[in-house]
This record gives sequence, C-alpha cells and structure tokens, in this order.
Amino acid sequence: MTQIPADIRYAKSHEWAKLLGDGSVEVGISDHAQGALGDLVFVEVPAVGRTLDAGEACAVVESVKAASDVYSPVAGTVTEVNGELANAPELINSDPYGAGWLFRLRPAAAGALDALLTAADYEAVLQAENA
Amino acid sequence: MPFIPHTEEDIREMLAAIGAPSIEALFDEIPQELRIKSLTGIPEGLAELEVGRLMTERAKLDGTPLSFIGAGAYEHHIPSAVWAITSRGEIYSAYTPYQAEASQGTLQAIYEYQTMIASLTGMQVSNATLYDGGSALAEAALMAVRAHRKSTSMRLLVPASVHPHYRKVAVAMAGNQDLVFDTIPYVRETGRIDMAALTAHAGEDITAVVIPQPNFFGVLEDVDALTDWAHAQGALVIAVVNPTSLALLKPPGEWGAKGVDIVVGEGQPLGVPLSSGGPYFGFMTTRMEHVRQMPGRIVGRTVDLDGREGFTLTLQAREQHIRRGKATSNICTNQGLLMTAATIYMSIMGPEGLERVAAQSAQRTRELVAALTRVKGVRKAFDSPHFHEAVLLLERPAAVVLRELADRGVLGGFDLAADYPELGSALLVCATETKTAADIDRYSAALAEALRAARAA
Amino acid sequence: MPNRREKLIFEYSRPGRGAQGQWPAKAAVPADIPATLRRASRPLLPEVSELEAVRHFTRLSQLNFSIDTHFYPLGSCTMKYNPKACHQYAMLPEFLGRHPLGPESHGQGFLACMYELQEMLKAVTGMRGVSLAPMAGAHGEFAGVAMIRAYHRARGDHARNEIIVPEAAHGTNPATATMCGCVVREIPVMADGDVDFEALKTAVGPQTAGIMLTNPSTLGVFERRIKEVAGIVHAAGGLLYYDGANLNAILGKVRPGDMGFDVIHMNLHKTFSTPHGGGGPGSGAVGVSERLLPFMPIPVVGRDGEQYRWLGERDLPQSIGRLSAFMGNAGVLLRAYVYMRMLGREGMARVGDFATLNANYLLAKLTAAGFDAAYPSRRASHEFIITAKRQAREHNVTAMDIAKRLLDFGFHAPTTYFPLLVPECLLIEPSETESKEALDAFIDAMVAIKREAEGDTQLLKGAPHTLPVRRLDDVRAARQLDLAWRPAATRG
Repeated sequence: MTQIPADIRYAKSHEWAKLLGDGSVEVGISDHAQGALGDLVFVEVPAVGRTLDAGEACAVVESVKAASDVYSPVAGTVTEVNGELANAPELINSDPYGAGWLFRLRPAAAGALDALLTAADYEAVLQAENA
Repeated sequence: MPFIPHTEEDIREMLAAIGAPSIEALFDEIPQELRIKSLTGIPEGLAELEVGRLMTERAKLDGTPLSFIGAGAYEHHIPSAVWAITSRGEIYSAYTPYQAEASQGTLQAIYEYQTMIASLTGMQVSNATLYDGGSALAEAALMAVRAHRKSTSMRLLVPASVHPHYRKVAVAMAGNQDLVFDTIPYVRETGRIDMAALTAHAGEDITAVVIPQPNFFGVLEDVDALTDWAHAQGALVIAVVNPTSLALLKPPGEWGAKGVDIVVGEGQPLGVPLSSGGPYFGFMTTRMEHVRQMPGRIVGRTVDLDGREGFTLTLQAREQHIRRGKATSNICTNQGLLMTAATIYMSIMGPEGLERVAAQSAQRTRELVAALTRVKGVRKAFDSPHFHEAVLLLERPAAVVLRELADRGVLGGFDLAADYPELGSALLVCATETKTAADIDRYSAALAEALRAARAA
Repeated sequence: MPNRREKLIFEYSRPGRGAQGQWPAKAAVPADIPATLRRASRPLLPEVSELEAVRHFTRLSQLNFSIDTHFYPLGSCTMKYNPKACHQYAMLPEFLGRHPLGPESHGQGFLACMYELQEMLKAVTGMRGVSLAPMAGAHGEFAGVAMIRAYHRARGDHARNEIIVPEAAHGTNPATATMCGCVVREIPVMADGDVDFEALKTAVGPQTAGIMLTNPSTLGVFERRIKEVAGIVHAAGGLLYYDGANLNAILGKVRPGDMGFDVIHMNLHKTFSTPHGGGGPGSGAVGVSERLLPFMPIPVVGRDGEQYRWLGERDLPQSIGRLSAFMGNAGVLLRAYVYMRMLGREGMARVGDFATLNANYLLAKLTAAGFDAAYPSRRASHEFIITAKRQAREHNVTAMDIAKRLLDFGFHAPTTYFPLLVPECLLIEPSETESKEALDAFIDAMVAIKREAEGDTQLLKGAPHTLPVRRLDDVRAARQLDLAWRPAATRG
C-alpha cells in the first residue's frame, strides 16, 4: 500500500512539499511516484540559487524504463539540494519522504503550501487515476 | 510469388479461420475512393538471374578507375574476413538488441567496439555509432549545448578547414535549434587555423570550438595550443578526427592540458567500402561526465539473474522511445552493421596493423606529392606537416584537368574550387596503402598529359 | 542457440600476435610530423590471429536471433526476409569501390539505379518528388518536419511552429519535432483507435505547422477518416506528415499521396527489406507533394537526356540542405532497388495482401485461443495488439514475461509496451514472408505460455531459461556504468 503521510502537502504531478522550521520548503516525489518509476538510477536536481515558478519543471528522476520531470510545487528560490542522490538515487525508492528529498527552497510567498493538495485530496487523485 | 510462401490451400484455410471471403475483404476498412487498382509506373518483376544481369551491366558502367580521391572517404585494404563475417545472416538480418537475452552477440560486439574506439580517441566512453561523420558533428554541436550549461550563446567556432560538407550537415541539422556556427579562417601559406583570427574571439561566450585533425586539407593543426586556448575561454572542445590517423597521432583525449570534451569522426576508413558514400558510420566518444548528454545507443556490461556476465543497452532514458520530445536526439538507429565491420577490422589489423596502414598511407602520399609536383604547372599549396592528403595548385582549372584525367582512367582528386575559391585551381589528393609506385607513376604521367591537353584547349 | 558466453576479444590478445598477412609493409613515420603531434602509447586494440578473430565474431553471431534463424513477430518493425540477392548485387566490386565524390561519368550505373528507385518510390506512394538522402527513419522524419518548417518560413509565416502528434505515435515523432525547433502538441486517440476528431479540431490553428500521422496507425488499424483529417489540417494552414513505418500494410492498396499527405518518409529497411544489421543502417527516403518539392534535402538524382547527374544547392536553392557528408546510405539504397526490381508491380501489391492476411490470421487464432485483442471491433492491418491486462491482473504475468518466455520457444518477442496507451500490450507483426506453419508454431507457443500463466508462473517469471544469459540486471547496468573494458592492471 502506498504511503501518504498526513502532515505534508502534495501536487497532482506527484511531488510532495513539507514546511520546515526555518520557513523553507522541502520537496520530493511521492511514494506512489517512486513505485511507478521503479528502481531509480539517476537524479538531476536544480542549481542552488535558481528561482522557480510553481509548476516549473526543475528536476529529473530517471529509472531504467522511464525518465520523469519533477515540477516545483511552489514558487521560490532553491537554497539546498540533496547531494546524496548523486551517488545513491535509490534513497528515493527506500525513503521517499525522508532521505530521498530532492531540494529545499525559500518560498516566494508565505502560505504557498495552502494551495496544494492535502493527503486526503492526493489519495483521491490516486484513486481517480487507478479507476 | 517471390518471397511469399503461401499455397492456395494455405490461403483458403487462413481465410476460413479469419472468417473472411477473400484477401480483398481484409481491406474493407479503407475507404473505397482511396483504393488504387494497380501500381502504374513500376516495372514487371525480375527473376534473380535477370536482376543479376542488370546489376552487373550497371556496375560495369561505373568501372574500376584508379582513384586518388580522399576528402572524407578513403580507399583502404579490407581483409576478406571482415565482410565474410559481417554478411552472416545472424549479424546482417538481426534486429536492434532491445531483447538483450536474444542479442548477446550484437551487444558484446558493441561493447568491444566502444572499448576500441574510446581507446583510439583517448576518451572514456563511446556510443554505438551515429549515421556518419557529418551528422556526428551536428549531434556533437547539439550535445555541447546541452553539456555546457553555463554558456548561453549556443555559438560554436568552426574552422573553414573542417570538411565543408560536415559544416553544411551541422547547419542543416542543428540550425533549426538556433545554433550559430561562426567560421574561423585558415592561413593561406600553411593551411592551418588562423590563430590571430581565433584569439580575436577571446572573452566571448563560446559554447564550443571545433578542431579538425588532420583538417580537410590533410594538414595537421597545433591541437595542443588550440585546445588550451578554447578551454581558457570556457568553451568545450569538439575534435573531428580520422580514425586511421590516430594510430600515429596524439589522441584527442590527450590534446592540451586537459584533453578535448567530445570526439567525432567518420568511421568508414575502418573496414567499410567506399560504396558511393554510404552506409558508413559516425563515431562519437566523450568524457564520463558528459555521458548522459550523449545521443545514440550505449551498451553496458552487467550480470544476469544467475550472476553471469552479460551485456545490455543502458542509459536508455536519454533516448526517444522513452524521453520522446525531451530526448537527447531523435536518433533511433545506429549503423550497427558497419560498426561490426569496423570492430572486426580493428581486431584483425590490431595496433601494429593499423599503425602500418597509417604510416604507409602517409608515406605514399608524400611519394605522390613528390611525383606530381615534378610535373610542370603543379605545386604544393601548403608547407605544413600533413597526414595522407595534400592540396596541389594547378596552372589550369582543376575541373578541366580532372576531366582529362578521368578520360585516362584516373580519378585525380577532389576539386576545391566550389568550397575554397580563394585557392584558385586547387586539387585535394590522397594516397593510401592501396596505391603502388606504379599507380603513382601512372597518375603523374596522366597528369602531365592532362595539363598539356588543358593548355592546348 | 548455445547456452554459453564468449570471451571478450581482448581476452584472446597476446603481445606480438597478429594477422600479419593483412598488414602493409612497415613504413617510417614521415619526418615532417613532429613528435608533439604523435601518439605516445598504442591504442587498446587486440593482438590476435586472423582465425581467432574469425572464430570470435562467428561465435558472437551465434548468440543472436536473426531473421535468417528465427521468426520475429515484431510490431512496427517489419522483420521480413532480406533476400540474399539484394546484398550480393549491392556488393559488386564496382559499386563498392566507387568513391562518393567520383565523377558522374564514372557513376552512370549507380546513378541510374538511384534515379529509377526515386521514380518507383514516387509511384508506390503517390508523391511528386523523392529524395533518398536521409539515412534512417528518424532522419527522414527530421527532413520532413524541417521541410514543413521551411515551407511556412518561405511564405513568411513564422508563427507556425506547433506539430500535432497523436498520443500513440512513435517516440521519434515528438523527438523530431523538438529537434526541428518545433513545439509538440499531443492529441488523444478514441476507444476504436481512430484519432479524436473533436480534439483535432480544437488543436489546429494559426500556430499549426503540421500533423504527424502513421496510417495504419501504431495501434494496427487504418485511420478511416483520413481524408477528413487532411481537410481539417489543410484548412487550418498546416501540412500532413506521413510516418512510413507501416507502409508495408498498404503497399499496392492505397497511397499516402492520395490520402492527402504532403510529406512522407519510407523506412526502406522495413517495407523494402534492406537489412536491420543489428540496429542499422536504415534508410529513410522522403517523398513530397508539389509544394514541398523545392525544399527536398540534397543530393537528389536528376536526368538530362540519357545522362544522370546529382542535383545540389544550385538546382534546389531552397533545399533544407545536406543531411549526410555524401549520399546517405547509398549501398542500402542499392539493396532496396534490387528488391523492388525483383518484386515488380504485381509482387509489391502482394506484399500488402499477404502481410495483412498473416496478421489477421494470427489475430483470429490468438483471440480464439483466449487472448484479448486491444481493438476487437477492428480489422488488423499488417499488425495488431494483444493486451495481457487480464493475465497481469489474474495471474500477475506481464507482457514482458510472455515476451521473454517466447524466446525460450524460439520466437523473438513481439514489440512490448508500445504503444504506451495500451496496458501490457504485445504489438504483433508477422510480415508476408512467414509461412502458415511458422505462424501456427507461434500460436502453439502462445497457447502453451498461456497455460503456464494459469499454472505455475515461476517458469514465466524467470524466463528465458535457454538463452546465453537470463534476464539482465538493467538497474546495475545503469547505476554502475561499465561501458568499456580495461586491462586488469589499470582497473581502479
């Protein structure tokens, strides 16, 4: 069963966003997304300092059978990227909501996460896709 | 019915299984008004005996003249074994190795090819070939733009002494994506890249500099200085090289302080017949850090479920069948058959054999140039080290001289008038290990006659 | 097929060994070449005897499936018999030795073949002009879209840069559009396999450069309303591109030119039976309608009286240019020429007939045996789709498992997981050169596999079992890249 933690927000395109204590937002891909892609072999993250619009393609996750763009769920400036992924893309498979995070950004506006899906909304999206 | 095995009984049984009254009925979803009755304009079929006679007659029309043309396609000896094996049905009629378990032969041959061509060029990784040398340069230009994230100009510096057709292919294939190819002139006395003209671009945003070795004139460039200059400007370096020459010459991976970034070239000299221009293959090698920006198939070694070594296509997520509109290229074939021929050729020749081919070709070309420049009205255009080609200046138009030579059964070289009008009447000539002293004598005698005829006309 | 691996050629290498009989005499490196431009160490080429090389590559060849040894029901790829005569007569010494820049006076035989090939391809496709320059299907696609773009630009219409592509299209279609600097717009396909008409009407506009279609489509069915599609696109000012991947299905029956297409590419390595060569060379000749004639890629072969000659920049100043250093895959073109001359008018029409008969026979027998057709209400063209969605749900057996198990039965796998919109799909194309017995044997294998799927699936999940290797670890291949062999001493 795919995991959908209740304390974070989601985008329809299968990214998650988590508000951190310092006001920045951490972004990754959902458990469902990593499962659909299969074993990841390569991850490309955005450059630190890059300014992103909400919905802008900014990272690529690649498995042996698919390559998929990752879209920034919120607008902001990239402050940090997960350097571990360069050598261990499988972290996304094993821990999509933790060690498999992709990048962090400083959101352009406060409350940006409010526009995103809740866990319940996202679960409904997945069910609709499966139907 | 040629190549169709069905008997009348087969057809009856098959239609019965389908539940269709006739073969014609199987086309009932095609609107009637679109159907054609017959293929007018196509001749009647020929039996193999007849087509063989026709092709043999056609081939005779082309003849077997004594050729000294190079200009990007070179006549070398090809061991009989190369095409005897390449023509085996298991190689010739195999499909692309997507089903790895049923294609280990093809995949291992590609892995061996990748190893050889990467070593020959002094680079870390190779793809499984592109269409030809010209399109390989176009792909290298596009790859450089992807690989060089800091450069936003999409501008490449291309010496005038790069094969003029390669430049045209690069413009045709990459120009649609707004890449710009700026020309760097050559020095008239040496045939080498004009360093002053090049260094005038210092400080500009240049995505890549293309360096040919040998260049189209056969002349050897000062590749170390060129590479270091380009890197100092923050540009990538694309080398365009002749694979035979690399048995003697410094591989691009060792040019300058850091070596180049991408190497491309025409693989034809490695066991592929001239064959009117194709099929040949383009090779491409690069540094490991750029491997994900490289177009075309790549084979990797891995293990199977039982832990046994095996080969498979890898990094496929770069390619069109997965990445579609965002792929590194739309390329979907390689020149597999020619690559296989080249791998067998390199295996049979070995390092010593290839080195001898290169040295012998260079030597023969010097003998040719010496013999031809003894003919009145012929002199050498450039005073520079060269590989196995040279430019000769003639006191009569090259086109006229070449026609006279062809009438005497000698193809005297490539006329540079269309691409390099500033040289006047100039001829690019080539000799390889296939040419004997007698061949060279025959050419120089014919050239003396041809020039006399041209003067008289 | 031998269940063993073959050593790498480098593992046979011994210093000082070689095929001396193939080497020219030793010559000194010319003194004018300075030491700074010389190579310091030898390249990693094997040092083996000629026999060792011959044996090694012959053994490698034996690890392959090929048309000469196996049936390839590989959808969209048209794996038909490659007649030996085509190879033999393209390899005549005069043709092999002919330099691409040699004079036309020493090329009239070759040029005559090329000219007649252009004419025959015009006749079978109903197009006005043909250029043989593109070197593969995707290269032909590139030429086609580049011509569409050049056509609009020549008219001063710079706004048209959108290429419409049905979602079932080959991956090369959107990749090509991108390579030509165009934007891709995908439109859906309806449940019966035809293009969604309403979506098409909404998609076209002043930004439309053209649409890329395959007909019969990649779903193995004929696009019945093609004339209306052409009408909509043309009315909006766009042009129609025909992806010739499936030309085999309609050879002698219907022509892209008559359907309203402006430009097409033909895969000569499919329809006209030139070899696949383990991945290439292909050949992607393009055909054009009247309005695209000036834009054809060069060179093209022309005729002045009884003499043939190359047409270049001067003859076609608006050409999209050169796509190869010389003349495309000339030797492949000679093979296609020989094939077309052997088939002739009647033989070519029979290709469409029997490719379609074989496909519909397989479809009928497989559905009778309990497999699910993806488009049961439709005729198969020269290919059709079986979906293993039910097997996946009920027995956890995927299309991939079936494909891999077929290898054990001595059949190459059908095309799997393409088109992307049909789940667990097997795209099956038998081609006209397979006999009824070959088709029946394939059906028997499929039935046997279906029985296995309903019983002990271990056999299927672990397949293939009888090939030189079992399923390979693709993840390891991509994570731990090993792309070139290195001698043990230098391994890091």
